[in-house]
Order: sequence, then structure tokens, then C-alpha cells
Amino acid sequence: MSVTRRGFVGGASAATALLSGSGMALAQKGKYDDGATDAEIKVGHTGPYSGPASAYGVIGKAIDAYFKMVNDKGGINGRKVKFVTLDDAYSPPKAVEATRQLVEQEKILCLFNTLGTANNTAIQKYMNQKKVPHLFLATGASKWGKPKDFPWTMGWQPDYHTEGVIFAKHLLANVKDAKIGVLMQNDDYGKDYYEGFREGLGKDVGKIVKHVSYEVTDPTVDSQIIQLKDSGANAFFNIATPKFAAQAIRKAADIGWKPVHYLNNVSASVAAVMKPAGFDNGQDIITAQYLKDPTDKQWDNAEDMKAWREWMAKYHPSGNPGDAFNIYGYAVAATMHKTLEQCGNELTRANLMKQAANLKKVAIPLLLPGITVNTSATDYYPIQSVRLQRFKGETWELFGDVMSNESA
Amino acid sequence: MSTANPADAATASAAAVPASPAALGADRRWVWIVVAIAALLPLLQFVMPNVISDYRLFLMSTMMIAAIAVLGLNLLTGFNGQISLGHGAFYAVGAYTAAILMDKLDLPYWTLLPIVAAVCFVVGFLFGLPALRLEGHYLALATFALALAVPQMLKYKWLEGLTGGVQGIVLLKPEAPFGLPLSEDQWLYYYCLIVTVLLFWGAWNMLRGRSGRAMMAIRDHHMAADTMGIDTARYKTVTFGISAAYTGIAGALSASAIAFVAPDSFGFFLSISLLIGLVVGGVASLPGSIIGGIFTVLVQNSAQALSNFVKNDIGLPYDLSPYSVYGILLLVLMYVMPTGIAGGVVLAWRRLRR
Repeated sequence: MSVTRRGFVGGASAATALLSGSGMALAQKGKYDDGATDAEIKVGHTGPYSGPASAYGVIGKAIDAYFKMVNDKGGINGRKVKFVTLDDAYSPPKAVEATRQLVEQEKILCLFNTLGTANNTAIQKYMNQKKVPHLFLATGASKWGKPKDFPWTMGWQPDYHTEGVIFAKHLLANVKDAKIGVLMQNDDYGKDYYEGFREGLGKDVGKIVKHVSYEVTDPTVDSQIIQLKDSGANAFFNIATPKFAAQAIRKAADIGWKPVHYLNNVSASVAAVMKPAGFDNGQDIITAQYLKDPTDKQWDNAEDMKAWREWMAKYHPSGNPGDAFNIYGYAVAATMHKTLEQCGNELTRANLMKQAANLKKVAIPLLLPGITVNTSATDYYPIQSVRLQRFKGETWELFGDVMSNESA
Repeated sequence: MSTANPADAATASAAAVPASPAALGADRRWVWIVVAIAALLPLLQFVMPNVISDYRLFLMSTMMIAAIAVLGLNLLTGFNGQISLGHGAFYAVGAYTAAILMDKLDLPYWTLLPIVAAVCFVVGFLFGLPALRLEGHYLALATFALALAVPQMLKYKWLEGLTGGVQGIVLLKPEAPFGLPLSEDQWLYYYCLIVTVLLFWGAWNMLRGRSGRAMMAIRDHHMAADTMGIDTARYKTVTFGISAAYTGIAGALSASAIAFVAPDSFGFFLSISLLIGLVVGGVASLPGSIIGGIFTVLVQNSAQALSNFVKNDIGLPYDLSPYSVYGILLLVLMYVMPTGIAGGVVLAWRRLRR
């Protein structure tokens, strides 16, 4: 029986080969690698739809909904985007397997916005060996912009390291006789921020009087905040994910600790952090942002926010309109959209990489005013700018100019 | 899935499938056939490159690796009656030992397995000593703690220099030796196949001898085994060590196959999926371990496709997550084949022959 089945599979694959062979004979309007034809562009993605980090799974769903909209409007240069997304459960071995499935079985043109620092580290070498574009990764680690070693890998968002440097510079310029307390999540994300912050302080690194950390599995950070207050710190760098950031803001207010408070971008959401922490407790907190917050009323009349809301209602009705990951997914997919558009009819992997490294002041919806996407053959960091904002009343207020740290 | 009493399941399956090793001995031809087919498979790649693709070979290599890990757990839980919810920990220790030796000492990958086996044996043996005082659920809890602790320990700052902390260690993939004209995936496949065959052969030899009978006697009736003069304490700790060594070797192979280790790779779910592989494949069965290994990889690999199929093609309005598919499959299997797939197949075979 196994023989007949194998015979069947062999026959079927031979038939497919014939079909694709006849397709090749027809005149094509462009140059293609695997994953692109006159009718279709295949874009691959892996994300955590299950497992400990499944909250991030929202991003993949948002990207999928974005490309549905693109296809409804006629696709990119007449080609529909086929977005193939697989679950990697936030586990590196699973990510390697899923990536190989996408590249070798699905034959995608490029891999896009794979999530997680460890997962991307696991597949980076493979992608570069196979020379398949590995674009706009969903991780804030600072190691994705190295075109010399990894010419096929490019990040997207401002990295944590850069943001840490920017906070440190602002702090040194604005807080007199700073005594700094730092709360940090004990993992790669926390450490990336902390190292950037220390680098930004430079010779003033001794101004950090207390550095405490917590584990993601901890129930609260109350005792850490009490320790920070006791250290006499008058400035506070809060490197925490939303739940813990809200706890820290509330606890600091409860025990009457009023430092100059810097909050990392990861927790800049009004709905997920500032509201549960209590608006009164969060006044004057400073954070850095590059995307528009969907729960911030000041953007209600912005054109891109209106378009986003319409898209949410029509293509992504199951998504939470207060979830910033839906903004993220939309904006990163729009970047991919622009890049593919720029490729014209030459949808080869080499040209895709060339165009990804040739984005000049590209305006992407939902980025803050003044922030654009810029890359070059030597600059593989698409977004390197953030804007500082201060919490006033129930919303963030932008202040100062766009801040950048070129080529971190 | 009922993990409540695998010891019972073990005895049940032992009763239903009278001593699988013996059954193996009675008709050993099919084992050779399976090994021969497995050995020829990559060569078919030259004939049918689309069917036997590099990716599928890689997938089969990971199945063999999972089969070895499940075998390790089976030696302990299936044949010796000690429950472990924490074999992912030994898998991690094996993977990290291999990764660190390759990364820091530049040892070639093929020298590693004996070292990894020794390290994991010692770790398992040492863990087996206090485990002697724990029975049943208590042992399950202690091993559970181990599975939770190991990824945290890998991140610990004193070890960070060695383990690379949360960033993990990036490794090189093994290349075919002696200039053999094999691709990386083909060689990885053969490498895994050789190790798998050796380890299963070793386990089979051990189990049909005195020590194997002693292990099973301890599982079936601890006190009776003691009375018969079996040094139960020594057997239990040594079994723990051997089991850890097997699982550790699987971990080392996976480090080579994935070419990357990080604490995120060895989460608690790894331990659970090994246990699931064990129960689904067949407790106290060598072929069951292979089936279990194939099952864990295959189901995790296709659960998502299955859930998409249910949603898009059948048109059910449910957004089944891959893991709920996994869970449903498990429940069905437990109901239809309570002694695992290996046991179920043997039962069905007997009924047909009757």
C-alpha cells in the first residue's frame, strides 16, 4: 500500500512540476525569484499564537488583516499578497522549523516581522545563508542592523539601546544633582535598555544610586519600589512591561515618592498603563514614543488614525481597538507595503533587499509627526527617532524635537 | 490527559502488551526493515527532490531526536515506574553542555555525545538520590520544580559567561565528514539515525537482561523486588542517571540540529510534550517511544494547519488554537487507545489475526 501511495505522491508532484513549467513558458511582465509571480507575492511570518508570549500574536493577525485590505484594493502593482503566518510558540527550535517550512516548502519571497530576540537570533544565520530577505523584525534589540555581517537581516523599530541613551541625555540635561534609581525586568529587553542608559550617562554613570530588578513571574514590584525610595533617588528610570509599569507608578504615588519619572516606550500605553495606574499618579511622567497611541484622544482627528479605525472595523473586527499592537502591525505592514511597491516589477530577493535599504524619508501612517523611515546600504535601522512626551491630564503631550541617535 | 497515575498505566500496558522487548525478540525482522528504509530514505532525494526535501529530512531528524528523549523518559517512567515531569531539564543540560563545549572549547560535535552522556548521567544520578525518598506525585512535583528552575538558572549571572544568558549561544551546523557528498540535512539525518539506532539497541539489550528485569520488577512491586534481593535504591538512582543521559543526548543532538540554544527553548512545555509523547506512543514500549517522538513533532507541526483547515475548509466558526487541536487529539487517542499507539496497534493486530 505504501508503494502505491508513494507512486501517487510522485505522480502528483510531477504534475505540479509540469504545470509550473508551462507557467514559465508564458510571457512574464517582471523578474522574479521564488515566491513572486505576475499574480502573487508570498510573504512569510512566524509569531507566537500560543505559549507564554501569545499576547504578541495580535501583531500577526493585524498584519494579515492589513494585507487583506491591500488585496481588496487591487494588491501591490497588480499582485496580491499572500501572507503565510505560522505559530512559533515563542520557542527558538519551533521558529527554526517554521522558518524552514516557509522558505523551503512554501517558497516565500521574504520573511517579515518575525517576533522575539531569541527566535530571530536562531534563524538569522540560516536566512543569510539562504539569501532570503529577513525584514523588519519585531524586536527592539540593537543587533539587527549589521549589513556587513548579515546583509539579509533588517530590524524596524527604534531599538531599546538607543532609547536608553536618549533618556540618559535628557536626564543629565534636565535634572540637577541627579540620583537615579532604576527598575529593570531581568531579561534581554531590560538589559538592552539598561546598557543603553548607562552608555548615555557616560562618566556620570555613578549617579545611578540604586538598581533593582524583577522577574516576569513576580506578582508585584512593590518591594522594589520601596527600596528605590529608600535609596534617596530623585530620578527614576522605569524599564518594565505594562503590568509592572502600572504597579510601579501606583506604588510610588502611594508611598509618596515623587522622582522625575522616565517610563520606557514599551509601557507608554494610556489604556494599559496610565489608566490602571491612575491618571493622578502618572502626571508629568516622561516617555519616548514613535507610534500614535490608539487610546490617546489627541489623535482622534488625525487622518491616518481615522483610516486605521475604519480598517479595524472592516478588516479586523475581532481586534481590540485599544491595543497598541494593532497600531504596530498596521504600521510595520505599511512599511513592507511601501518596500514591495518600490520594487516595481523586479521582485527578486536581491532587489527587495536593495529597496529595503533605500527607503528615503518614507512617511508611514501612524508614526508620530516628524518621524519617517530612513535606510541606506549602510544604515539598516529603519526608525531611529523618537519623540519625548509628558503625561498631562489624561493624555501624552509631545514636547521638544524629534530625537535621534544615529547608528547606535 | 491523565497523568494521575502513569505507574498504573505502565502496568496496564505491560499486561496488555506482554513485555514489548520480548515481543521484539520474537519477530525482529521488521526492525531491520524499518532501519533499512530509514537509511535509504535520503538517497531517494536524488530521485524525488520534491517529496524528500531537505526540510522533510530535517523534520525527520527532529522526530528521531524526540524519539530518543521519549525513550529516556520511558526508561524511567515506563520501565522503572518513577514519574518525571521535568525531563526537559535534562534535555536542556544536554543541549547546553554540548553548546558550551562546542562554543568555548571548539570540540568537534561528534566527540560530544559521550561527554554529554556522562554529564547528564551524573546530574540525573545526583537528582535520583533525593528522589529515592519521594514516591509518585511527590517525585512528579520535585521534577516539575527542576523543569521550572533550569531555564532560570541558565540566565543566572554567574553562569552568563558560559551560557550566554538570555541571548543563548549560536552554533555551527555539523558538516558531513570524510568529504562525503551529503548536504547538511542529509548528514544530520544520518547522524541522528546512527545515534538513534545505537541508543535503542543499547536500551533493548539492557531491558532484556538482568538489569532490565530488575527495573521492571521494582516498577511492578517495589517491596517484592526488595525481598528478592534487588538493590532497589541503586537501581532506581542508576536508572535515573541513564534516563537523564538518554534525554541529554537528545538535547545535544537538538543543539546541533537547531544550531542555537537559549533558555526559551527549554520551557516547561518541553517536559510536558515529552510526557505526552510517552503516553501517546506507549508506556514501557520501545517502538512506542519512536511513535511518541514522531507524534510530538508531527502534531506540533501540523496542529496549526489542522486548525486552519477546520476554520477555512470545513467552515466551522471556531477559532481553534493549535494547542486545543493538540488537546482534542490527545483526548481522543486516550479514549480509543488507552495503552498508547504501540499498544493499540498490537491489540488491533491480534484481533485481526484471531
